[in-house]
Amino acid sequence: MTEKKIRILVAKPGLDGHDRGAKVIARALRDAGMEVIYTGLRQTSEMIINTAIQEDVDAIGLSILSGAHMHYFPEIMQALKERKAEDILVFGGGIVPDEDITSLKEIGVGEIFTPGASSQEIIEYLKETIRKED
Amino acid sequence: MKAKKDWLNSDYKEASSKFPERKYPFRNLSDIEPDPIYTQDDLEDFDVENELSYPGEYPYTRGVQKTMYRGRLWTMRMFAGLGTAEQTNQRFKKLLAAGQTGLSTAFDLPTLMGYDSDHEFSRGEVGKCGVAVSSLADMEILFDGIDPETVTTSMTINSPANAIWAMYLAMAEKKGAELSKVGGTIQNDILKEFIAQKEYIFPPEPSVKLVIDTFEWGPKNVPRWNFISVSGYHIREAGSTAVQELAFTLADGIHYVRSALERGLDIDEFAPRISFFFNVHNDFFEEIAKFRAARRIWARQMREVYGAKNPKSWMLRTHAQTAGVSLTAQQPLLNIARVAIQGLAGVLGGTNSLHTDSYDEALSLPTEEAAKIALRTQQVIAYETGVSSVIDPLAGSYYLENLTDEMERQCLVYFEQIDALGGVEKAIDVGFFAREIGDASYQQQREIDSKERIIVGVNDFVDDTAKIPIQEIDKSVEIIQAKRLSEVKANRNEAAVKSALEALRLASVNGNNTMPAFMACAHAYASLGEQMDVLRQVYGIYEEPVLI
Repeated sequence: MTEKKIRILVAKPGLDGHDRGAKVIARALRDAGMEVIYTGLRQTSEMIINTAIQEDVDAIGLSILSGAHMHYFPEIMQALKERKAEDILVFGGGIVPDEDITSLKEIGVGEIFTPGASSQEIIEYLKETIRKED
Repeated sequence: MKAKKDWLNSDYKEASSKFPERKYPFRNLSDIEPDPIYTQDDLEDFDVENELSYPGEYPYTRGVQKTMYRGRLWTMRMFAGLGTAEQTNQRFKKLLAAGQTGLSTAFDLPTLMGYDSDHEFSRGEVGKCGVAVSSLADMEILFDGIDPETVTTSMTINSPANAIWAMYLAMAEKKGAELSKVGGTIQNDILKEFIAQKEYIFPPEPSVKLVIDTFEWGPKNVPRWNFISVSGYHIREAGSTAVQELAFTLADGIHYVRSALERGLDIDEFAPRISFFFNVHNDFFEEIAKFRAARRIWARQMREVYGAKNPKSWMLRTHAQTAGVSLTAQQPLLNIARVAIQGLAGVLGGTNSLHTDSYDEALSLPTEEAAKIALRTQQVIAYETGVSSVIDPLAGSYYLENLTDEMERQCLVYFEQIDALGGVEKAIDVGFFAREIGDASYQQQREIDSKERIIVGVNDFVDDTAKIPIQEIDKSVEIIQAKRLSEVKANRNEAAVKSALEALRLASVNGNNTMPAFMACAHAYASLGEQMDVLRQVYGIYEEPVLI
C-alpha cells in the first residue's frame, strides 16, 4: 500500500486580507508532497469547517494577522468538537503574542508559528504530528 | 587608469582566486546582480542634466523641493490606531506632544471593509488592528482637541474612502474649519487592494469610478488635500520585489490618470494632489535608488506621455514606511536596528514623510513605548547623523546612479507587459499581479529556508528570545462601539438619513459624482455600514479567484 498523502486546508478566517504567509505556506507544503487546499479570503468558521470535513483533511492551518486570533481559534475548536471532528489537527500562523499561544494550546490548538518561522519547521511539525496520530 | 573591465578581469580575478568571494547572494532583493565595483566607466554615457538636474527641477531625481531637508525636514508621521476612538485620540495627542508633526490613522478591519462595529462579520475584529469608526460621532471623538486647520491627517482607508473622508471633513466643518484650509491625505488606492492587500468591496470598475469622484471633487472643494496616496507599500508587504513595487505602483498611478482624463478632467488640476507611498525594505542602496527612480519615471510620464504642463503635476511626493514584513518575532529588539537603517534609506531617497515601525510589530500592535522609540529613531536620523545637511548626498555615486537607471529600465519593461495585457484592470483579471508577487515571495521564503539569505536571529545567530511587553486590546471595545452606534441611531434625524442615503443611491446608479451625497450622509450621521450597503446593492461585491 502506498503511503497516504497528508491533506492540509490552509484557511484565511475573517476580514483579514494579508495572504502572503498563507500562500507561501500553501506552496511550501505542496512542494513538500502534501495535498493542499487553500480556502481563499474572508471565510467564516463554519465555511472553513465544512470544507475541512468535505475534503477530509488531516489538519487546518489558520492564518490570522489581524489580531482576531482569540476569536477564531476558539470558535473553530468549539465547532470541531460539535461536529465530532476533533481528530483534525488545528495549527496556525500570524501575529500572535506568546501569552495567547499558551492559552490557545490549552484549548487544543497544536502549534502557532509566528513571523520568521521557516517552512521547514512547519513541514516537519506537520509530518511528525500527523504521523504520530495515525 | 585601468578600465573597469580590465581591472575586474585581471586584478580582481587574481585576488579572488586567492581570497575567494564569500558564499552570499550578492544580488539584491529584485534579483539585480551587482558588479563587485562601479567606476567612472559605468557613468560614461550618463547625462547629468537629463537624468539628475537640480532638486526641485525636472525630472526631480534629486527631490521635489529645491531646499529639501535644509528647508524643512520630512514629516514624521506615525501610523496609529487602536481600540476605541477615545483610546486612539489619546495616542494621537501623546504622539503630537512627543514632537510628531502629522497624524496618520489606522482603522480596524470592519471599518476598512465597510462594516459597522455591530455587524456579525465584525465580531472579534473591532478595534484590533486599528480604530473603529462607524459614524461621524466616532470621528468627532477621534479628533477631539485636534485642530484640522493646523494638523494634517493621513487616513489609511480605501474601499470606503469617500465615506470616511466625508466624515473627516464634516467633523472639520462642525468645528468651524474652512475646507480650503484643511490638509491631509486619504489612501484611496483601490487598485493595490486588488493586487496585494485585498481589502476591496466592489469590483474594480465601480471602485475606480469612486476614486475618480474624489479626483474631480477634491481640487475644487478641499484644495490642500491629497485625495490619493498611490501605494506600493502593500504590494511589497505581499512579497513583491522592489522593482515590482516600483512598477506596479506607478502603473496604478497612471491608470488613475488615464481614468480621470477619460472623465474629461484637466490633468493640471488633479495631478498636483496625487501623492505616493512606498516601502523601505532591507537592501539599502536598492531602496534609495527606488525612490529616485520613482520620481524620475513619474515626472517623465506626466510631462512627456500625458502632457501635463504644471510642474506640480510632474512631482512625485511620497510617504515612506519601513518594512513591516522584515520585522521578526525572534530577538525583537533587533528590529530597532532594522528600522533605523531602513528609515535612513528612506531619508537618503528623499522621502517627504516617514513612518518608522515599532520593534514589537511582529507580535502585536505597538505599545506606546515602542512607538516612541520608533519616532525617536527618526529624530536621531534627522538631528544627529548629518544626513539632512546636504541634498541628495549620494547623487553621482557610480553604483547608485547605475542602480537607479537599471530600476527605471526594468520598470518600463513591466509597463509594457501590463499594457500588452490591456492595462491594470485586465492584468488584475488574469491574475498577472498575483502570479508575479506569489512567485517572488515564494522565492524569497525559499532563500531564507535554505539559509542562502540570512535573517539575523531567524535562520542564523539564533538566540533565546527575550520577552517584551505587548499591547493588548480590551475586549470591551466591541461593546462600547456597538453601544455608541445604537445611541447615534436613536438620536439622529431619520428623515435626513433616509434622504441622504437615497441621494447616494441615485448618484451611484446614475453615474454622478458621489461626493456631495457622501457629505450629506456624514452630516446626517448615516453609519458607514449603511452607506456601503447602498453601494453593495448598486455595484455588487467582488470575490477574487483563489490562486496559490
